Amino acid sequence: MSEYMDDRTPSSEEDSGTYDEWIPSFCSRFGHEYFCHVPTMFIEDDFNMTSLAQEVPHYRKALDLILDLEEVSGDEASGEMDVDGASNGASGKPPIVSRSIIEHAAEQLYGLIHARFILTKQGLQAMAEKFDHKQFGTCPRYFCNGMQLLPCGLSDTIGKSTVRLYCPSCQDLYLPQSSRFLCLEGAYWGTSFPGVFLKHFKELEDYVERKGKESYELRVFGFRINDQAVSGQRMKWLRQYPQTNEEWDEFAKCEFELPQA
Amino acid sequence: MSKPELQLSGDVDQDMLNDDSNSSEYVEMWVDLFLGRKGHEYFCEVDADYITDRFNLINLQKAVPKFTQVVQYIVDDLSEKTLENMTPQRLEVLETDARKFYGLIHARYIITVKGLQKMYAKYKEADFGRCLRVHCNFQPLLPVGLHDIPGKDCVKLYCPSCEDLYNPKSSRHASIDGAFFGTSFPGMFLQAFPEMVPRHPTRRYVPKIFGFELHKQAQLARWQELQRRKLEKKLIDNNVDLSRNGGYRSAE
Repeated sequence: MSEYMDDRTPSSEEDSGTYDEWIPSFCSRFGHEYFCHVPTMFIEDDFNMTSLAQEVPHYRKALDLILDLEEVSGDEASGEMDVDGASNGASGKPPIVSRSIIEHAAEQLYGLIHARFILTKQGLQAMAEKFDHKQFGTCPRYFCNGMQLLPCGLSDTIGKSTVRLYCPSCQDLYLPQSSRFLCLEGAYWGTSFPGVFLKHFKELEDYVERKGKESYELRVFGFRINDQAVSGQRMKWLRQYPQTNEEWDEFAKCEFELPQA
Repeated sequence: MSKPELQLSGDVDQDMLNDDSNSSEYVEMWVDLFLGRKGHEYFCEVDADYITDRFNLINLQKAVPKFTQVVQYIVDDLSEKTLENMTPQRLEVLETDARKFYGLIHARYIITVKGLQKMYAKYKEADFGRCLRVHCNFQPLLPVGLHDIPGKDCVKLYCPSCEDLYNPKSSRHASIDGAFFGTSFPGMFLQAFPEMVPRHPTRRYVPKIFGFELHKQAQLARWQELQRRKLEKKLIDNNVDLSRNGGYRSAE
């Protein structure tokens, strides 16, 4: 973590003395444990912010708030036209932008920046550290043996779904155990994060491949339940891996499409 | 609670029997205290008649020392005098033994008709929690043990939707002995209430990068889907109706 903490210091050191810096205070808030610190260097690079202005209202002010560039007072009217100024202007009177609206916009903006940042090398490192410390929780599945989870979204636009957790071991998607994470926006981690993470840290995939591939089958007094019974086994495929030679052949045929029977 | 019918022949004095009826008026029943304890939400109440029926206790005699006394303790049949004469250490041992013994009877009771009914009510309330798997849609879980011998492993939760095994959310529940629910409970439960078997989800999650599926994971998912289709075909050939309970939910 220290690696990018250093990056931020030169730009924000001079004005950090009097009030809390926005990013650290946001990340240390209760329920924000899944977020990592995005260095200000990353945010200051306009290239990284491409098209975010269209997605977040009051983009400029929100950005300034994140970067601790200016104190936004509670009743300050927004003088300059924001990118989405049209929506405010419709009411006729000069738009009043309160601190809480800017604060909300800043959170959204930070979330979207965060989703971009964690796909960079530096961001992946920061997330890997959190992953190692099990900060995203462990897989509830018994046979996954406490495998660490990776946060991910089901959509890259805000307001579609909350955060989900991907288990690299059973390759399945879970809801967070603790209710405080249930309302976190999924787009703040994005749909690509687990995939990029797996491809970046090859050793994780290797580790998962070497893991035991046990699965559970329901039994009554030691006897299997007949397949044709209503409660018979129907989900074996979900945790199945090719074992025999025929199955590996079949697996090879599935490389690009589902073979027709 | 029904008056315990004593079938524990011989060991019980007549005055203990008389004691029982008035002691229960001002002392809380042991079973109620046990069930009210934090972390014991998974247990249901075992009828006193069931506990005192010797037939139900076959092979449990060796599970705890002073078996008869433990049974009497559980159904609040020990006289005040006997309890007062016990050293605190003895009482503590008795309490631990009673909890273990109750658990073992519980495992047997919950696969009887009455026990299944009680567990059904708890399942309906999702007392055992819900499956965290996204595609299982908050399916209520069922407790299950991996061994029928106590002291081997803790209780696990079975999801009837994805047919997989999960660890309980709370550490309080995760430390309960799995033998107190037994290995056969979910199977018995789903056979007794086939209407409780959900239709299984077929949707999968494959990690994507910028909209493109990861090749290796997608290939495995395709192969697994192939296995599912083969099973589905086999079942349909055997005239199993898959549009009802125990069938598959369509991917959409």
